[in-house]
Amino acid sequence: MAIPHIPCLRLGDPYVSLNKIEVADYRSGDTMATVSQVNAGVVRRDLKRIDEARAALRKFTTAELVEIGAKAGEIFLNGEVQIGVNGEMQSPQQYVETLSSTSGLPHVMVKRNMDKIHYALSNMQVVLNGLTRGIDLPILDAGVGEQFGTQVCFYPTSKALGLVMPSNSPAVNSLWLPAIALKTPIVMKPGRDEPWTPYRLIQSFIQAGCPKEAFSFYPTDYEGAADILNRCGRALIFGDKSTTDQYANNPAIQIHGPGWSKVLIGEDEIENWEDHIDLIAGSIADNGGRSCVNASAVVVPKYGREIAEALAKKLGPVKPTTVDDPEAKLSGFANPKMGEWIDGAIEADLLEAGCEEMTAKYRDGERKVVTDGGTYLRPTIVYCDSFEHPLANREFLCPYASVVEVPQAEMLNQMGESLVVTAITKDKEFHEALLSSPLIERLNLGPISTMKISWDQPHEGNMFEFLYKRRSIGILAA
Amino acid sequence: MSNLDQNIQEAKAQLDAHAVEIVKWHFSPETGSPFWLDWAEKAGWNPAEEISCFDDIIGKFPHFQDEWLRDMPNEIWRPKAYEGRPFSIFETGGTTGMPKQRIGWEDYKIDYSEFSETLDDNHFPRDHYWMMVGPTGPRRLRLSIEHLANVRGCSTYFVDLDPRWVKRLIAGKQFDQARAYMDHVIDQAVTILKNRKVSALFTTPKLLEAMAERMDLIKAGIKGVFCGGTTMDQQYTRFLVEEICEKQIGFVPTYGNTLMGLARHRPFGPENDYSITYHAPQPRAVLRVVDPKKTETLVDYDAWGRVELTTLTKEFFMPRFLERDEAIRRSPWENCPWDGVAEVRPFGAMEKKIVEGVY
Repeated sequence: MAIPHIPCLRLGDPYVSLNKIEVADYRSGDTMATVSQVNAGVVRRDLKRIDEARAALRKFTTAELVEIGAKAGEIFLNGEVQIGVNGEMQSPQQYVETLSSTSGLPHVMVKRNMDKIHYALSNMQVVLNGLTRGIDLPILDAGVGEQFGTQVCFYPTSKALGLVMPSNSPAVNSLWLPAIALKTPIVMKPGRDEPWTPYRLIQSFIQAGCPKEAFSFYPTDYEGAADILNRCGRALIFGDKSTTDQYANNPAIQIHGPGWSKVLIGEDEIENWEDHIDLIAGSIADNGGRSCVNASAVVVPKYGREIAEALAKKLGPVKPTTVDDPEAKLSGFANPKMGEWIDGAIEADLLEAGCEEMTAKYRDGERKVVTDGGTYLRPTIVYCDSFEHPLANREFLCPYASVVEVPQAEMLNQMGESLVVTAITKDKEFHEALLSSPLIERLNLGPISTMKISWDQPHEGNMFEFLYKRRSIGILAA
Repeated sequence: MSNLDQNIQEAKAQLDAHAVEIVKWHFSPETGSPFWLDWAEKAGWNPAEEISCFDDIIGKFPHFQDEWLRDMPNEIWRPKAYEGRPFSIFETGGTTGMPKQRIGWEDYKIDYSEFSETLDDNHFPRDHYWMMVGPTGPRRLRLSIEHLANVRGCSTYFVDLDPRWVKRLIAGKQFDQARAYMDHVIDQAVTILKNRKVSALFTTPKLLEAMAERMDLIKAGIKGVFCGGTTMDQQYTRFLVEEICEKQIGFVPTYGNTLMGLARHRPFGPENDYSITYHAPQPRAVLRVVDPKKTETLVDYDAWGRVELTTLTKEFFMPRFLERDEAIRRSPWENCPWDGVAEVRPFGAMEKKIVEGVY
């Protein structure tokens, strides 16, 4: 296939910019696609007519959009979709191979991410049921109705959902999918190295019958990203703390930053720690350790060193294989400098007293390795004396976790905010403390992987409550 | 020999003659300036006698140091022939400390009167009103725009923007303040447009875009926009022409500064992917695109290099000043049969982040 050009989409209409960037294979540097880059003015100009996009979606019922979404899911998983501006088509296998080549994700992980997205689209009705707490779909269409014996009325909070996407994990695209069924157009800046998944999703939606106006896709610069975040009414941003901090106090912008997800073992279960090593290792390293729901700290009342040793023994030998190896566990870095930076940051902090890297002796070599031209970081488990150590509560874009010994009574005080906490304990008092903690977004009580998420229970903000508000209403009887 | 080749030869001959005349002027005790007379004495050679063509200037003069314009008193630049005539003081760039200054009398009027002849009366109607929204204050541009309007029978409204303040805000990451300041400027411009008849604008690309976001410029009566000040890459130019001016308002980009005057552009559009080429007002100013590591050498046509400016007027002589810009060298054009500079952007733009600001 010739090198495709991915255009920007202006309310669904392709627009080829005179500025283009190249998306390259992370190993060879070969150009896999060129992508149109637009100036922020294009975004601002199009947002002036974004009402047309919502109007196009409003011609459909929610049930119809749910059905279109399900069809789109099938096309996304199994179909050929238009990828280039010159009519180039992309098969699922081409998608897997191309995304793998530019993101560093091995094929098996791309396929798992595809499955997650497909699942979310195929089960949108269940997702909406969870998000709306069971509101009938016709009420969402009318905006008003009677349910649970009372009048309910909802109004949209924004003209569109702005999205500033990351490059690290394709499945994060599943977060915006409900917006389409909720009749909210999307305005997206894709991740620099990952235009593939959102573009394939958008084309799948359009092929399935969704109005093209619902999709605005703008590879753009910092100014354009800021306009998407500030002018849509509601927006999601993905990024590290330094990127997202400036939006921390803006309720119209939902931040998806580091997860600092954790596994906790209670005093009642700590003697059984060996039974949970596989679950903890999976929480740390599944999906290449790149997700915000990957555990980055294991908090235990005792046996910290032994647990760290056992995790290191299991994860330390993991090394890069080929991208098409079905057993591949590590992702390469699209930007090798990122791998170098992370490796350097870990090494620098290991010099501070109070920690020990347990994986080094099981690794037969350096943490950073270059294989077939790709840069990889091998798993790293660090035992830390306390949460005071700079490596105790860190998250990196690789399989990394600290193991920290903290008395159970102090765990919640010391561990900070967490996107997901898996608490392995049957202690009722500890359950109560965990349930009442404002520091945890999603709580798994019992030995459940931090990676397991429930589509009908959003772990990071409720998209319906973000896009709609309930209003009080009085209607005079006819 | 084609017409263009013949025109190129004639322009070169004209430039050579002009270069000799101007160098003689600045390096003769009867007419020259104290700075250049003193410089020649220290240099140990007499340009008035030894410069016989433009290429001699390139071969024999070092690069002009613009710090001289900050560190030396202004009267040192006054040619003897202008003694007794008060000069205008124009400033260039700067954010803090003493700015660089150039003195002048009539140069800007000559530059802009000539430039006026390149404007289309349909887009820049005569006997009407202009508005300038941009850096006024101590800049040559403010008087120049008013003169340009005047020679076309027009009067001008002015809305000021202080670029030094904007640069400081952006360098200090005070983006909210920068935005508020721009809004303040645009508020004033929009107020004028709502209450007065204006057909032509001079402004910067960003301010033009901001005005267009606030009101329909076509409905407001704008027929032409004369635009300069910051980088306009091809995509941005296309956006301004197609979407801001909606292909109805005449869009005239320019490249210029206090030290040069202003360069005119040659036709651009979809046929050349909106690549803008500028031509200096030769022989009064000469733009060369040189190898940054070997600045006496021109780069090949259609290759990137650093912009070098030589100004040759009786008021001001400035040999081989290396601009803080880079550009593509373009071949001569029939209306300006000498080299052009295209797709001008800050020097090193691909390697480092440049604060250009909202203006």
